[in-house]
Amino acid sequence: MLERGNAMTKSELILRLAQRNPELYQRDAEKIVDVVFEEIAQALSRGERVELRGFGAFSVKDRKPRIGRNPRTGTSVSVPGKRVPFFKTGKFLRDRLNGKV
Amino acid sequence: MANATVTRMDLADAIYQEVGLSRSESADLVDMVLDEVMAALAQGETVKISSFGSFSVRAKKQRIGRNPKTGEEVPILPRKVLVFKASHVLKDYLVGKSKAK
Repeated sequence: MLERGNAMTKSELILRLAQRNPELYQRDAEKIVDVVFEEIAQALSRGERVELRGFGAFSVKDRKPRIGRNPRTGTSVSVPGKRVPFFKTGKFLRDRLNGKV
Repeated sequence: MANATVTRMDLADAIYQEVGLSRSESADLVDMVLDEVMAALAQGETVKISSFGSFSVRAKKQRIGRNPKTGEEVPILPRKVLVFKASHVLKDYLVGKSKAK
């Protein structure tokens, strides 16, 4: 089951980054976190791979167009092909989650 | 463009360009952002980045695996795995429906 309750949101991440860097302006901490995720999203939209050593790798997978079915009515509908984001956890992070680091 | 890969260095470069910190500060900050995410996950927190996606940790039970080469049964120990779920904003962005914020 997923653990519920304690979640770190983007604003909490910004806060922690700012706490770790007292000399940093709050608006720069915000900008930094935004830029990191925006750059990843933009790379993926260009069809590029994002490889962050230790953390993991983001890539884009192609889903072929297929004939789907409306489960309620049973009618066939064509589902267009699309690109979906995919993440593979890095070895270091995987080990860290399991208390090996 | 074909198989370009974006790395930590590219993210640091984007911060250098957009925030105006030094190159080495920018590189350190990329590491820190990723490190804060990893630290939160290692604590069992879910990390939710709005308009990007969420990372959550799932506990897997022990199960019996098989060495495909020898056919020998080996226990796969209980472990934690990371699951990334892309937000609709990111998915739509890859399909070209909308722009990332």
